[in-house]
Amino acid sequence: MSEILLQIDGKAVKAKQGMTVLDAARSADIAIPTLCHHEQLEPYGGCRLCTVEIETRGRKRLVAGCLYPVEPDLIVRTRTEKIDSIRKMILELLLAHAPDSPQLQDLAREYRADRDRFEKEASFCVLCGLCIRYCAEIKKKYAVGFINNGARREINFIPEIAAGECWNCKECFPLCPTSYLQAAYHLTEALAFPSLSSRSASKRLVTTTTL
Amino acid sequence: MDNDTIDQIIDRHEGRAGSLIHVLMEIQSKNHWIPREALAKVSQKLGVPFTRVMQIATFYKTFSLTPQGHHEVHVCTGTSCHIRGSQRVLDKIQSLLGIRAGETDSNSKFSLAKGNCLGCCTLGPEIVVDGRHYARMTPEKAEEVLKKYN
Repeated sequence: MSEILLQIDGKAVKAKQGMTVLDAARSADIAIPTLCHHEQLEPYGGCRLCTVEIETRGRKRLVAGCLYPVEPDLIVRTRTEKIDSIRKMILELLLAHAPDSPQLQDLAREYRADRDRFEKEASFCVLCGLCIRYCAEIKKKYAVGFINNGARREINFIPEIAAGECWNCKECFPLCPTSYLQAAYHLTEALAFPSLSSRSASKRLVTTTTL
Repeated sequence: MDNDTIDQIIDRHEGRAGSLIHVLMEIQSKNHWIPREALAKVSQKLGVPFTRVMQIATFYKTFSLTPQGHHEVHVCTGTSCHIRGSQRVLDKIQSLLGIRAGETDSNSKFSLAKGNCLGCCTLGPEIVVDGRHYARMTPEKAEEVLKKYN
């Protein structure tokens, strides 16, 4: 594999062919914030928090760091005034949907994003797609997916698949930045296949009473 | 429309994941809506995960996942038609069919929908029934048009 030399925030960084700007930056301990990125999953480019400025042949451009492949002599800037204001705006918009997400609040502190800037429209889901992509790419179960489009887009568990697969897995739960996923799952479960949870609940009840 | 016709459509595209949208469109145009069982069968026969089929079927407005009538009535409520009195046409059709815009009547004969400009502002107010345009509508003329489909 050929080595590619590029510059990130003024620092010379060596990267391999096929790496993204985000990979290269992380290998050099340069932090780029992400929300929808997961190391085991294909890059998605959904949240745009990893937006960075690149410069090639004297021209500047904004790209998503998690998708953009490294190229020789690329100059990358990860913290400029413009980038910070973009990230601040993205965070403020996401906070209108999920105001209590710890991950968003941490980033909001760093970028001085005001969680009350936009009117609350609490859908609690930021549509990062982590649960959906994890279920599809790693587990290959396809138990959860997007439905509808535009402003009405949301995640949706398929009861027929979820009833058989999710109870013993739930590996997507810790991935969710807002914990809306858990709520969506439990709602589907309660509506479509309540037997499992009620059975284990009654079992718990029995064990506690016998103790 | 029966399950056999749906099966035939699906069988013709068996194993070809790339034909997903074609299959859905064909079922939609023959059956006027796509039942969940048909989606499940499409998913199975074409080898596309069910979540993916659901995502695509709910993404496009073309696909209807709730039963629709045999005749699709669209009433234009765009600016030009509105000024020329499309609201009265709509009111009349709603009371004739006994349904509101966005609904389907109980014997699956008519579905009613509003559209913001159906493309022929000079001929407004217009209604479209099963793709056929009827121009310069009045409540009385609209009644005549609907009778043809009864």
